[in-house]
This record gives sequence, C-alpha cells and structure tokens, in this order.
Amino acid sequence: MTDHHSDIDSVSGKSTTGHEWDGIKELNTPLPRWWVISFYITIVWAVAYWIVYPAWPLISSNTTGMFGYSSRADVAVELANLEKIRGDKMVALGAASLADIEKDPALLALARAKGKTVFGDNCAPCHGSGAAGAKGYPNLNDDDWLWGGTLDQIMQTIQFGARSGHAKTHEGQMLAFGKDGVLKGDEIVTVANYVRSLAGLPIRNGFDAAKGEKIFAENCVACHGDGGKGNPEMGAPNLTDKIWLYGSDEASLIETISQGRAGVMPAWEGRLDPATIKAMAVYVHSLGGGK
Amino acid sequence: MNKTVNPKDLTSDDHNGPLYAAQKKVYPQSVSGTFRRIKWSLMAVCLGVYYFLPFVRWNRGISAPSQAVLIDLPNSRFYFFFIELWPQEVYYFTGLLIVAAVVLFLMNSVGGRIWCGYLCPQTVWTDLFYAVERLVEGDRRERMKKDKSSDPLKLERISEIVLKHSIWLMIAWWTGGAWVLYFNDAPTLVKELVTFQGPMIAYVWIGILTATTYLLAGYMREQVCTYMCPWPRIQAALTDEWALNVTYRYDRGEKRTSVKKAAELRALGEQVGDCVDCYQCVAVCPTGIDIRNGPQMECIQCGLCIDACDNVMTKIGRPKRLIGYDNDINIQRRQEGKAPIYRIVRPRTIGYSAIIAAIGGFMIYTLATRSLLDVNVLHDRNPVAVKLSDGSIRNAYTVRLLNKSGYDRIIAIDANGPANATIHVIGVDSVTPDRPMIVIPRDSTSELRLLVTAPAENNPEKSVPVRFHVTDIGLGEVASATDNFVSP
Ligand code: SF4
Ligand code: SF4
Repeated sequence: MTDHHSDIDSVSGKSTTGHEWDGIKELNTPLPRWWVISFYITIVWAVAYWIVYPAWPLISSNTTGMFGYSSRADVAVELANLEKIRGDKMVALGAASLADIEKDPALLALARAKGKTVFGDNCAPCHGSGAAGAKGYPNLNDDDWLWGGTLDQIMQTIQFGARSGHAKTHEGQMLAFGKDGVLKGDEIVTVANYVRSLAGLPIRNGFDAAKGEKIFAENCVACHGDGGKGNPEMGAPNLTDKIWLYGSDEASLIETISQGRAGVMPAWEGRLDPATIKAMAVYVHSLGGGK
Repeated sequence: MNKTVNPKDLTSDDHNGPLYAAQKKVYPQSVSGTFRRIKWSLMAVCLGVYYFLPFVRWNRGISAPSQAVLIDLPNSRFYFFFIELWPQEVYYFTGLLIVAAVVLFLMNSVGGRIWCGYLCPQTVWTDLFYAVERLVEGDRRERMKKDKSSDPLKLERISEIVLKHSIWLMIAWWTGGAWVLYFNDAPTLVKELVTFQGPMIAYVWIGILTATTYLLAGYMREQVCTYMCPWPRIQAALTDEWALNVTYRYDRGEKRTSVKKAAELRALGEQVGDCVDCYQCVAVCPTGIDIRNGPQMECIQCGLCIDACDNVMTKIGRPKRLIGYDNDINIQRRQEGKAPIYRIVRPRTIGYSAIIAAIGGFMIYTLATRSLLDVNVLHDRNPVAVKLSDGSIRNAYTVRLLNKSGYDRIIAIDANGPANATIHVIGVDSVTPDRPMIVIPRDSTSELRLLVTAPAENNPEKSVPVRFHVTDIGLGEVASATDNFVSP
C-alpha cells in the first residue's frame, strides 16, 4: 500500500479507494445502503438477544436473560410429554398377558424396544449388551435355561432373582464337594469324567465308569436328575447338552465340583415397575431361546 | 454503469470513498414486442401452476390423500400424481436437484440467463408488481413526476398509493396462501383458514411468505439479483464465448447519431451507426442499466431492451435486432466482413444434455421399475451366532418389510441358506412349516425378529449366504435380500 489518494481507474472509469498493491488498485464499490442497514440491525438484534436470552458465561454461572429461559427446562417439558404418551402404552402393556403381548405386533414391538433399553441399563453389565453372557453369566439367546425358559419362568427369575436374598428368590446351589470334604480328589476326577461321558465328550484313559456312575448316583442325581438331565426347579443345569456355563473341560469340571458354584442374579421387583419387568421378560424371551 | 468519469466531476464523497450507495429507484417503461409477449405467457403459466396445482385432484383410493401434489410431513410421504415417495427414497429429490442444476447450466450455455430473464420467481413476481404499479400509478414518466413532486399529497394520490399496496399485499398474501396448500389437503385447509380454524403454523407461513413476497417484489427488486443472489456470479463462470446473450451489436450501432443527422450522412454515402441514442433500451430496463455498455452483471437478460429497440428501428425504417441474442465472436466476425456463425450444438451443450439424459433416464427407469414391496435385513451383531443345547447354530436377523402399496398384504417369508435350516419369526406361529406368514397393512412397514437355525450335523464352516424371499401370496410379488449365516 503506497498511495492513499483515490483516483479514477482508466479501464472501468470507476473511482478507486486509493489502496494499491503492486500497482493493482482497489475499485471503490460501495455496499448498498439497505445492506449496511441490515448489518446494523443484526448487531442490534445480537445485543437484544444477549439481554433477552441467557448468553454470557460468568465465573460459576451465566447470565439468565430477562425471562429466565432455559433449554433444559424445555427438554424437561418434552420428556414429561413423552412420558405421558408412553404412559398410555405402558398401561396397555401392563394389562396384557405375557403371551398376548408376543402375539400382538404393536405390543411386541413396544415391549422389545422398552425391554432393550432397560436391559442395556440394568442387565448388560453381567449378561452383555447383546445378552450373549460370559463364563458364569448365562447366554440368554440360547435355549438352555437354568430356571426355565417359558415367559412366566423368565418373568419370575427377573422379578425375584436367584440366590438374591429376596423372600421368593430361586434357591439351590452347586455344593463344594471337595472343599467340604464330601468327595476325595480321585473321586472328583472320576465323577468329572463320568459327567463328560454323559455329554458325549472324550474321557481320560483308564477311567472307571462304574465307579463314576456310583458317585454320581449318590451325590449328584438328587439335583441333576437321573442321567444328568437337570432340573429347572433347583436351577440344576442339564449336563448332557452342549452348553456349559463354567466350561466343560476336565479342569473346569473338577473346579466346579470341588469349589461349588452359586452365581447370583439380583431381584428386580421393587426396583423396576411391573410393566417394565414384563417388557423385559418378553424381550429376553424374544431373543430367540424362549420356550 | 461503466461510464468514463472525469476526475473533475467527482464529488468529495467519491474521494473519501462512500461506505454505501443509495438504491437508485428504477422506473421501467412499459414496452410491447416479442419478448414481452413471451414473458407474459410464461408468467401466466408459472403463476397458474403455482396457484392452482394444489387444487388438482388425483384418485388414490380410500386411505390415501386425493391431492395430486402433496407434501405430507406428518406421515412423511410425498405425492406427485401417480408417484408416492417415502423418506428413504429422498435420493429421487437429489437426482431431481442435480438434473435441475444441469438444466440451468444448459440454458446458460445456450441462451445466457434464460432462467433469470423469464422464469425465476424473483423476476416473475417483480414483473407482476411492476405491472400493478403501472396500472395504478401510470407509466415511467408519470411515476417519476409523481415521486419527485413536492406538492402536498392529494386524496387522489393517496388513494393511488393505498390501492397499489393493497393489490401488492393481496398478491403477496395469495402467494403465501398457495404455499401452505402444498402441505395439506387444499380445499379442507382453505375452508379452515377462512373460518380461522386453520393450524397456527399455516398462518405463520402465510405471514412469512406474504412479507417476503411484498418486500422482494415490491421493494428489493433488482437489488436481489445484483447483491443477494449467487446465480449471476455462478453463471459468469459457466458461460463461454459461444453462449448467446442479450447483446448490443456495437458493430452495427456505432457511431451513434441522431435520426436526422444519420439520414443526411447516409445520403452522402457515409458509414453511420444505427443507434439513435434514444435511450429507449435504458428506459424499459428493469435493472436500470444501459446494455450498450456491454455485458454487465446486473443484466438479467429479460430481453425487454430488444423489444424497445426493435420498436425504434421499425419506426425509423432500419432492420430490427440492433440489440439481440448474440455473442462477441459474431460481432468481431461481422466487423471483419464474415458471416456470423451460431454454435448451439457444441461439446459443452452436448455434455450437459448427455448428463441430463443419463441422470433423468436412470431416475425414470428406477422409478418405473421400483417395487412396492421391499425387504431389508440386518444381522444381529451381538451375539453374531448362538449355540443351542443340541449343538445346532442359530442366527438372528431384524427384518424390515415395506409395503408401499395402497392395500394390505399377506406376506410369506422363505430363507435359502444352510442345508436343513429352519426359520421362525418371533410372535408368529407358522401354519406352513418354515414359511412364516404375516400381514403388513397398506402404506406401512413392519419390523420382525427372524431366527434361522441350522442343525448340528451340517453346520457350515464359517459363513454362508442366506437369501430371504418375501412373497405376497395374493399377488405373487416378490422382494428379496441377502445376508450371511455365521457359525461361532
Ligand atoms: S439473479 Fe437470481 S434472483 Fe435475479 S433473476 Fe437471476 S436467479 Fe433470479
Ligand atoms: S439490459 Fe436489457 S436484457 Fe438486460 S435487464 Fe435490462 S432490459 Fe433486460
């Protein structure tokens, strides 16, 4: 910028602003007046906005504006409206029987949607977000149920839990046969191999099947039943199928038999409302493994 | 605008560089001729379509709206005569916008700012508002005189002003009114609106569009084109030397001479220009410029100066089209004594036409062959596969069925995947084994949870494709989707 004298550009015939860069001069093209006025209006608008609405951050709070507007309050109102709309639907859900919910596409969709979020909030920490479970935490997608897989049985388990301390909870546990001195080390190895043979799994060489059967009959049949088919009344798993909550290899079985197992499922009654528990029962049942 | 200025004529304002320029009021004079006629007809067509289209009916059966063109926001549907679009088909709009943009490019490379001059709403409504102004207050000179006069307002003048603004507001209000009719059943909404029972939002939109129409067409006018609209800048980048634009043929017009002088000089056998410097082209120009200064950004190429000049040429017995659609190449050729050439068909226009044909054709094809039954499948991600107690493997899928037709359907679902696999839909007891059937109501979607179970003995290795077929068992229509069956 050298010269500040405006002059006339010889090509366009327009006046210049007098600004010049390396011989290139800037033409003076004034803005239209309405444009300038609009610009000032936006400035006035912005100042008014600061005054009317919350705008400026202060050290530990912010200016609140003239009418104390808050977007958070707006959200609260919206949420309350949503609850009201949901309310009616959840009432319908609470009134229908579990079987009817599964038969009605609209109720099923509602129960699954509701069940899914509630499951994510409450159950996923143990059972996983897709209910695929982990060692010690049952997979809820499969058809193997410790406490039964019908809609009513699932609902009951959710309501009262297992070994949860609730008065109506599922009781019964796998005893620690080794730790409590009921069975000796070689007996445990033998019965572990016997259990593997029930499931059709390979067994250790020189395993005494007759002894295994005898130990099993004396100690295990009471809960797991003849032939190890399990008993949902006591939460005793079927030992002949392909699903193993704590593993089916010999070492895991030995650990289970000697240390015992007693996983805990909390009771949800009182913590979740009945309609929500219903929705969750339908959701878990509809994952695919329900009976 | 590009007049050469003598530094002596500059005011002190110019020297200090004024920050803003006042809007110079334009008083376009009425004119008649070919282009004026074209503009009147196009205005009638454009406004006619805009104002009356919502009232056109189209029978779609009982449960669908019977308005030919309707944007149904609450139900997320768009109706256009025989076409009904769902939100997930928004790509048709994308295609339409692309085609529209390329059509603009094509128009531009053929005849310059055809859009600006004849079709743009800003031009059409401004033109209409000018017509009202002329009708009420008189033509250019009269209005200039009235605006300048400092006499106290007489009743006659006041009533003129009131009348003009009332008509303007009425047009503006109609414009806003027609707009909301595209979003609701038009006859019903009109009834509700006049009995003050219409939805609040409709009144708000009518208010907004009344205000913008009144402001943009009554006051902003050429300022919109010169300062607000991006198109003049864009089109400047799209044009080329062959594009025809409204052009003053200076090869023929210069040197400007008065009628009398020209006749005298011609009698002496001298070369004189045809332009008689009558300023008629300037008087009719809605943007208030002088086309004789060459191509200018302000020129919307409405062609009215062509009409004005043609009328003058006819009167003085010279050939028409001293101003016409032309380009610099031809002006130069004529100056060199060569015949002008017009190249409408050239790589640029061929290219644009090809793009329009390709995208347009593809859209028409997909629209014509689009199915009214559709299925989307989403494989469960967690867990991907489930082992059952007997060792068999189960995969779960979320299946979304779309019934875009106007009738309820009974749908049967088949899955072709791993050998001996069985399928089951949650909440549905299959009548036929492995062929779950469900009802999807018209114009709706259903989301299902579908399980595919493959027996233990023929578990596929890792992953095999599964093809889902959904069949309308009444009509035989089929839609399908493919996913995978995965083993842990
Ligand atoms: S410049 Fe813009 S607003 Fe003006 S006529 Fe052209 S497209 Fe329309
Ligand atoms: S110069 Fe001619 S074509 Fe351009 S806007 Fe004015 S009247 Fe229309």
